[in-house]
Amino acid sequence: MNILVCLSQVPDTTTRIVFTADGKSLDKNGVQFIINPYDELALTKALELNESMGGGRVTVVHVGRADSESNLRKAMAIGADQAIRVDADATDAVQVARELAAIASKDRYDLILCGRESIDYNGGMVGGMLAELLGLPLVNIMTSISSNGTEAEVSFDVDGGRAYAQVAHPFVATCQKELTEPRIPNMRGIMMARTKPLEVVAASVNAEQTQVLHYEPPVAKSGCRFVDAGDMDQLVSLLHEQSKVI
Amino acid sequence: MSVLVFAPVQDGILKKLALEAVSFGVQLAHSLQSNCSVLCSSEISAEAHQQMQDLGVALCLKAEHDLMDFDAVVHDLTQAAARVGAQQLVISNTYLGKSVAPRLAVRLGMPLASGVIDVPKKSNDGWGIRRSVFSNKGYAFLQVKGHPCVMAITPNSFPIENRTVGECKTEALAVPFDGHQIKIQVNRVDRVVGKIPLTEAERVVSAGRGLKGPENWHLVESLAASLDAATACSKPVSDMHWRPHEEHVGQTGITIKPDLYIAIGISGAIQHLAGVSSSKVIVAINTDKEAPFFKVADYGIVGDAFDILPRLTAAVQRFKASHA
Ligand SMILES: Cc1cc2nc3c(=O)[nH]c(=O)nc-3n(C[C@H](O)[C@H](O)[C@H](O)COP(=O)(O)OP(=O)(O)OC[C@H]3O[C@@H](n4cnc5c(N)ncnc54)[C@H](O)[C@@H]3O)c2cc1C
Ligand SMILES: Nc1ncnc2c1ncn2[C@@H]1O[C@H](COP(=O)(O)O)[C@@H](O)[C@H]1O
Repeated sequence: MNILVCLSQVPDTTTRIVFTADGKSLDKNGVQFIINPYDELALTKALELNESMGGGRVTVVHVGRADSESNLRKAMAIGADQAIRVDADATDAVQVARELAAIASKDRYDLILCGRESIDYNGGMVGGMLAELLGLPLVNIMTSISSNGTEAEVSFDVDGGRAYAQVAHPFVATCQKELTEPRIPNMRGIMMARTKPLEVVAASVNAEQTQVLHYEPPVAKSGCRFVDAGDMDQLVSLLHEQSKVI
Repeated sequence: MSVLVFAPVQDGILKKLALEAVSFGVQLAHSLQSNCSVLCSSEISAEAHQQMQDLGVALCLKAEHDLMDFDAVVHDLTQAAARVGAQQLVISNTYLGKSVAPRLAVRLGMPLASGVIDVPKKSNDGWGIRRSVFSNKGYAFLQVKGHPCVMAITPNSFPIENRTVGECKTEALAVPFDGHQIKIQVNRVDRVVGKIPLTEAERVVSAGRGLKGPENWHLVESLAASLDAATACSKPVSDMHWRPHEEHVGQTGITIKPDLYIAIGISGAIQHLAGVSSSKVIVAINTDKEAPFFKVADYGIVGDAFDILPRLTAAVQRFKASHA
């Protein structure tokens, strides 16, 4: 199949989040940016699907600046055939979705994969917006997929359970853990990635609808009150009288 | 500028998250000196209708669709918004909301704010909205350009407050969805039965590697049962298949915000805390008094879970019996 995988990059999960003194942005000092973990699953699944069908092509696309290119090379080292970078700051979900839709419309993709959300801004918006812009079905929060190239069997998370469904290609899906385990690039992949095409295209739309004015750290807890391990009645009465949660 | 709220109906009933969204919508409408309409996914009971009237809803529009058919929900919301002239649409950011809100926003040409945790503030330029970012490691103050907006609100973040404005009228949504667009054929839905879904739970009892093995989880389940709580776990626990994947909370699992989170034998790694740190009250139980979890806990107990859990469960049961 011809598969498009949308990659965002996010601060490494161990990052201590610090904002700049003016509160206007994340302090990027010493922060390592990685491929969004859900998007890494999407990429691995795309490769697995094509391997099981014995052919196809996987393109990764990212809306962002040149500092993300090492992650795009990494995606190609993992196995993507080519990468496209739309040269724009990704500040707003609609704007990103429109750029991605423009790329997706340039080719005939059987499947377009996103992550269920990017773990930095936790929007969970781009995949659904992209599906709507392209007029394609959306399988949101997908946990499994098998496909014969024309039709796919999928499962996805719903409130209070899990749904099992059939859907005809092409469609957009957002990926959830359980789908697969992320693949780690090997030496051969890293060598090959150097010569794979990384195309940079200019931004085509300016459709921003929202803007982050500033950030704030979470309010710190006032401190932990230790309760004697021998006196569970005391804990229960604190939870009842002081915290009012039971 | 009226407000339209989507309320999923289950067996005629509006569950807590639906009522939260309705209460939020009424408050938003109030700040706009306008009124709030609610689109119910199907027929509601007389009791649920009364609840909406007490909350201050002016109009209840009734649709007739399957909650698994997200296309129908998007379609009906688009129709209902046009019908009442709604410029603000409100939906709870559950799995259903996450599937519907982004498509709805694009279809209506409106901005989307997801993960809303406060009632937005209106200015001449648009809305100022606070949301959690970096998996609860910070807040972003979002400026929405203009006033039309789809708001997907974080579950368990808003009070349910009565505000009677008068009679709540009911009308059927006249433009039914013909279904020709349905391209996803749902064959089966496996519902979690006999357990409180984690994403809806007000109290959560969670355990980690400190519990040593799946055979010990009856201790966790007993405590959860005594508190009417859902159960959760850390990532390694679900990775080792001690517990099902849907119980995994954290940055790469589910993010939750219950009133009470009890963490047993969980060290408190940054990725775990990311998913649970906005819980209102946190209790940590750990043998290691240096465990990082104590830094974010409200109450801490240093001790062995195997000794503490049965006694804590008994204490909760005693409390319940004396307060019945
Ligand atoms: C990319 C990435 C993403 C991740 N995402 C997540 C995530 O979403 N969620 C998540 O949970 N983790 C996540 N992790 C893993 C995380 O870093 C930790 O490894 C994990 O949370 C540790 O789980 P734990 O606390 O159960 O185990 P441990 O760290 O082994 O802690 C066990 C704790 O139990 C205590 N203990 C031992 N015996 C007892 C006893 N008898 N009674 C009481 N206490 C006892 C110990 O003192 C210790 O504090 C992620 C890691 C990475 C790299
Ligand atoms: N800048 C970006 N470039 C490419 N894809 C993106 C970008 N931002 C988000 N996505 C995709 O959309 C998904 C959801 O992102 P979000 O709506 O930001 O939570 C991500 O997992 C990616 O697959």
